[in-house]
Amino acid sequence: MSALDKPAPVNVARQHDVATALRAFLPAASVLFSAEDVKPYECDGLSAFRQMPMVVALPATEPEVQRVLQTCHRMQVPVVPRGAGTGLSGGALPLGDGVLLSLAKLMRIIEIDPLARTARVQPGVRNLAISEAAAVHGLYYAPDPSSQIACSIGGNVAENSGGMHCLKYGLTVHNVLKLRAYTVEGEFIEIGSDSLDAAGYDLLALLTGSEGLLAVITEVTVKLLPKPQRAQCVLAAFDDVEKAGQAVANIIAAGIIPAGLEMMDKITTGAVEPFVNAGYPLDAEAILLCESDGADEEVADEIERMKAVMHGSGAVEVRVSQSEAERVRFWAGRKAAFPAAGRVSPDYYCMDGTIPKRALPRVLKAIADLSLEYKLRCMNVFHAGDGNLHPLILYDANQPGELERTEEMGAKILKLSIDVGGTITGEHGVGVEKIDSMCDQFAAPELAMFHAVKRAFDDTGLLNPGKAVPTLHRCAEMGRMHVHAGQVAFPELPRF
Amino acid sequence: MDATIQQLAQTLRDASANKTPLRIVGGDTKDFYGNPCTGETLSTRAHRGIVEYEPTELVITARAGTPLAEIEAALKDKGQMLAFEPPHFSKSPPSPLTPLPHRGEGKSTLGGCIAAGLSGPRRPYAGAVRDLVLGVRILDGAGADLRFGGQVMKNVAGYDVSRLMAGAMGTLGVILEVSLKTLPLPATELTLHQQHNEVDAIRLMNEWAGQPLPISATAWCGGDLGIRLSGAASAVEAARKKLGGDVVDATQAATFWQGIRDHADPFFAKDETLWRLSVKSTAPAITLPGTQLIEWNGALRWLRTDASASDVRAAAQEAGGHATLFRHGKSEDGVFHPLSPTLAAIHRRLKKTFDPAGILNAGRLYPGM
Repeated sequence: MSALDKPAPVNVARQHDVATALRAFLPAASVLFSAEDVKPYECDGLSAFRQMPMVVALPATEPEVQRVLQTCHRMQVPVVPRGAGTGLSGGALPLGDGVLLSLAKLMRIIEIDPLARTARVQPGVRNLAISEAAAVHGLYYAPDPSSQIACSIGGNVAENSGGMHCLKYGLTVHNVLKLRAYTVEGEFIEIGSDSLDAAGYDLLALLTGSEGLLAVITEVTVKLLPKPQRAQCVLAAFDDVEKAGQAVANIIAAGIIPAGLEMMDKITTGAVEPFVNAGYPLDAEAILLCESDGADEEVADEIERMKAVMHGSGAVEVRVSQSEAERVRFWAGRKAAFPAAGRVSPDYYCMDGTIPKRALPRVLKAIADLSLEYKLRCMNVFHAGDGNLHPLILYDANQPGELERTEEMGAKILKLSIDVGGTITGEHGVGVEKIDSMCDQFAAPELAMFHAVKRAFDDTGLLNPGKAVPTLHRCAEMGRMHVHAGQVAFPELPRF
Repeated sequence: MDATIQQLAQTLRDASANKTPLRIVGGDTKDFYGNPCTGETLSTRAHRGIVEYEPTELVITARAGTPLAEIEAALKDKGQMLAFEPPHFSKSPPSPLTPLPHRGEGKSTLGGCIAAGLSGPRRPYAGAVRDLVLGVRILDGAGADLRFGGQVMKNVAGYDVSRLMAGAMGTLGVILEVSLKTLPLPATELTLHQQHNEVDAIRLMNEWAGQPLPISATAWCGGDLGIRLSGAASAVEAARKKLGGDVVDATQAATFWQGIRDHADPFFAKDETLWRLSVKSTAPAITLPGTQLIEWNGALRWLRTDASASDVRAAAQEAGGHATLFRHGKSEDGVFHPLSPTLAAIHRRLKKTFDPAGILNAGRLYPGM
């Protein structure tokens, strides 16, 4: 989809009926429909896409969520679930004829069980709030997307969010035990269990990352981990991006799984340094941040091994954080990369492809070439350990044609990610943003299977329609029907 | 598409058209597991071999018929492992009731390992088989060749159909290829032995799991508690000092953990009905009659008992989990824990989605699907 696609008009005729039906059981203040009231919901973290919702519903309890779903199902109104609205792919973009179902009022931490190391929370609880509440027990919730101060756990599950520490501690899917959820008809389901697995198909994996298309989550039980005794970070500077990429491979080859392994290129360090004074070597072509955490003895050992690998890989400078303050300073620049992009450019567009690490030099070279071709600057930050690349294309939406050029360049980067054996999205989701690139990544029979999986949960197609999986028709119209091995789904069907 | 796949796909198309039930078989080492399922044998053994293994990417891709042992040897050669410690049930002789043509070569294959979805002692610390699955290539019931996921750690494009295949007992597709995340072998391993009663053992295992200790397996049986430590020598040594107990001879320890993993341990040798209770790790001691072996910090309780299926299922549910009739059970009791009506309906619709003719391992997971 393109941000330039026109928003749909709000269905004013139905608005009154739907709002009235919802106000039969929700307080008036929890059912919004006037333009000024619903304006804050017109977009999520991907602000290039905007659409006014027909009605916004703000239930505060599980039974209220259920009644919203039952009501919408009875009236055949599409429902778009929304958490904190920080998503970067437009997964919570409203519909002009739909109800935006905000789960933000379900924000209670129901229980922390320190001995079992679990937290049972409502979907509107912020990611960081779980770790804060668990801290007194020496525990924390591992997945830490960079928006963790604001993003909610319900949204994390819907998007299968990652973060800086995924390589060692996994994604959301690895850290969730159980969900309470409602189907589009408003029927209750419990997915997963308080144990480490559940009977039947792994619906927990299927729901995690399903972008709100299969069910609405009303409670999440997450796994908590013991806080490491100590964390220390190695900062290594390289005069060549390829050498930095090789150093990443060498770290893994040495049998080390770092707690975090991040790369920033020269444009990025140059952009962030003035804001955070992290002390980055600004003449380096790339820097790596490599973190070790765990028991004291283990970290001491691992840091020595990491240093040796960095030197052996040709680092021109290697520093080790000597205090917690210094470690935080090393990371401050990485964490400030997005805000810094916002300061050096009026607008930026963040990509999210994941690639095999060995393809890094090729991909970075190609991005540099595209940057010249499209006359757009690009900052590269990279979850190097797991191959998740975040090129930030800098542009100015007020310059005619720049947004179009940006989107085109972005799509080319995603295509490149697929071509080297990777994926169009590592952690931000498809949403509306990358829906056309799905036509490049999957063949028609696979897309058809995704639609069939959706129907197994939501036969009516009322739950977050139009997101995550493109229609075959759309792919065909885009001229991007991807056929591998000569296979087409339902070859007997005519194809326009 | 290579010839083996074409042949498998053709078999599926024909079986689908004729509604011929198929029984998918890899190494045929887990014939005992799941509900009885009949059908023409569809062997995946010919589709074997490692497709790609790049240690620095932490990913291995192999065909379904590849023996697990072959994969593990290739990984070990590069200092890596399958961290979920998959069981190899190769030691168990085929049941005399199994018709001869169905008896395999007695070697667990990758496909069977994924389809059964079983993980070994390291599971609570390093993840389950589903946690390490990155991508699959399958043939659905109609013979369509489909790929989901991929070969990278982080991938949220499309629904996570790859992990759905783990534990689906072959009812959703014939697995052709799997990509798995690999992890480095620990530098050192050491096993400690302590003596505790069941209640204390459950409490201690959970307390330790809440501390930054390099524990990689726990097993309690009849008053004996085994604790395996894995990691840097310094960290293992520090944990040994902290936890105390006798250090078990390394060879003996390796045999012990392998015995737990592969059910070669004497506990599993009896012909009594064996239940697998997956419960909340802190759940109080299960009070049913019989003998228990506890793993996973208390989250997995193997129970040999003659208690009724309904009593065992009720106890597991009360303990926050579910019970599987693992071996030597009565077929009328069903192997897997019953689902709620809403979830059962979703299961049936998913089955129909992937296997419209209902020919793949029909009934092996639940009756009628």
